[in-house]
Amino acid sequence: MMGCEWMWKINFEKRSTTPRIVLFLVPLLSIIVGLVFVGFFIAGTGKSPLYIYGLMFEGAFGSAYGLSETVVKSIPLILTGLGVALAFRMQLWNIGAEGQLYMGAFGATWLALNFPMWPAYLLLPGMLIMSFITGGIWGLLPAIPRAYFKVNETITTLLLNYVGILWVDYLVYGPWRDPKGFNFPITAPFSENAILPILGDSRIHAGLIVGILAAVVLYIILKYTKWGFEIRVSGESGAAAHYAGMNYIRNILLVMFVSGGLAGIAGMTEVSGITQRLQHGISPGYGYSAIIIAWLARLNPWAVVLVSFLFGGLLVGGYSIQTSGFPAATVAMLQGAILFFVVGGEIFVGYRLTWRSKGGNQ
Amino acid sequence: MEQSLLTAIFATGIIAGTPILFAALGEILSEQAGVLNLGVEGMMLVGAVTGFMITMETNNQWLGLLAAIGAGGLMALIHAFLTITLRANQVVSGLALTIFGTGLSGYLGQTLIGKPLQATFKAVPIPGLSQIPWVGPSLFQHDLLVYLGYIGVAVCWFVLYRTKAGLKIRAVGENPSAADAAGVNVFAIRYVCVVLGGMLAGLGGAYLSLAYAPSWLENMTAGRGWIAVALVIFATWNPTKAFLGSWLFGVVDILGFHLQNLGITVSSFFLKMLPYVITIVVLIIVSRETKKRHVASPGALGIPYNREER
Repeated sequence: MMGCEWMWKINFEKRSTTPRIVLFLVPLLSIIVGLVFVGFFIAGTGKSPLYIYGLMFEGAFGSAYGLSETVVKSIPLILTGLGVALAFRMQLWNIGAEGQLYMGAFGATWLALNFPMWPAYLLLPGMLIMSFITGGIWGLLPAIPRAYFKVNETITTLLLNYVGILWVDYLVYGPWRDPKGFNFPITAPFSENAILPILGDSRIHAGLIVGILAAVVLYIILKYTKWGFEIRVSGESGAAAHYAGMNYIRNILLVMFVSGGLAGIAGMTEVSGITQRLQHGISPGYGYSAIIIAWLARLNPWAVVLVSFLFGGLLVGGYSIQTSGFPAATVAMLQGAILFFVVGGEIFVGYRLTWRSKGGNQ
Repeated sequence: MEQSLLTAIFATGIIAGTPILFAALGEILSEQAGVLNLGVEGMMLVGAVTGFMITMETNNQWLGLLAAIGAGGLMALIHAFLTITLRANQVVSGLALTIFGTGLSGYLGQTLIGKPLQATFKAVPIPGLSQIPWVGPSLFQHDLLVYLGYIGVAVCWFVLYRTKAGLKIRAVGENPSAADAAGVNVFAIRYVCVVLGGMLAGLGGAYLSLAYAPSWLENMTAGRGWIAVALVIFATWNPTKAFLGSWLFGVVDILGFHLQNLGITVSSFFLKMLPYVITIVVLIIVSRETKKRHVASPGALGIPYNREER
């Protein structure tokens, strides 16, 4: 059939132990092979892929400004990436981080616009908590039918992205539109007290600290608490978790709430730290990149921080090649290609590859 | 309500449902063979952009359509290789396909945005049938691809439930080790079904860019691929039920337009939310029902087949 007979002649031998180096090499090689793969598409337009990648690298990491922009972009990626990684740990395929981010931004903005005079030490934590709750509810909504009637959460979380984004659009084009905003889809600017402090002489805001703290907390929870243990066991087998007396349903609800809440905080740090108001299109797809980041990081919180930094660079690099006529979609294509190779490379973690000879002497 | 409005709702529902129908038929084939493919949205987008591009180049919408089908099939081949040969996680591989397809279509289509198309699929009323009151204007005054959709439903149903090939497909999706022991080539059948599924998704995407709204817009599928994946569950993996479902979703999709014509003013943002919200609500209701009636998904859906662990 179509000359791909060889594809099912490939044979895999189960590894008894996975060398540590493999765990590290597989994601690294995936990124490199992904770059090469997309390089063919770039070459198709008559430009040198090496030149384009050089431009991207230069733009993202080649200057103090580029580096600080890369960090700025990595903040929402860390938070959404952590949220996705937590849900994936329990085999809950939450791909709704994008909508959860928007709902978090909505919650934070509601507080910022209604209580602008609260002192910053009250208003900022308040916005953080609001965004965690509203984002969390957006994660909880699909978790309830998942927990009680086994409704596929992949589809429901994804569809809620559209609803969340449309809800924010409704607000910024309608009741929340700034009357002094020249008809742009933006709310009134936040008061001074609702804006996250800036670190040093850059655009990097305190959201970075929030993101890293979240990674620390998540690491401790997963590694050292009973709840973290339950999440890991439930991820391996729901039935096993049930027989061990764990409350599987409660854990689904809780994990999805926290997962959505983390993405919600990313919405808060974006509106409070970057745009300083709610507006149309606050995220260029952070919630989707988060899926790739979580998977590349093998669902490990520390690795999420590291990979987010790389992906922040990818986004910033993407902007710097737009002047050469490459659309923003180039970066999305690159991210998808990298994920292909990570997913495909996964088998090398558990198996060693051998070729089966024609006679099938296995 | 007068006849013209009702038939208009019916007819526009059929048209709006057609891209979802093609994609859902493809996903049914793939899932019946045991492979979940969440890349439908990405395959549709790549189909839509290639269809549009080739039609513009050649001024022939049929060549565009063929290219879209081929592009969808190629995309699905990646998923097949990853999930069948490399036994990768089907959920994540499908997501990768959607993310990659979204990016690739945006990349390929950046110079095509807003360009008009000369060659498109136009309505061809079927002589005789189109004259039947009510039924004619609703079902038989459309473009040829809509009729192809009707045929597709019948062929899919017939192949799956009335042929030996269909029996093999369902066996592979239900219990691959038993099928393998009976001499069925599990890998070949899965490859064929996944690739055919991708071709149908590409066709569904091309329907959007060549017939429904002849143009190219980034992300023009707007979640229809996901609605198609949900539809497969409502339809309990049955092509005839998928036809009914796609029509209902077509009606919901177009409802906002008709409501505005009736002078009912709801914010357009809420009308746009409707298809997504209704899909979620129906999915929950149907999942409860199927749980009660014990209508299960194909037994091996989502599980890679490993010969050595037979």
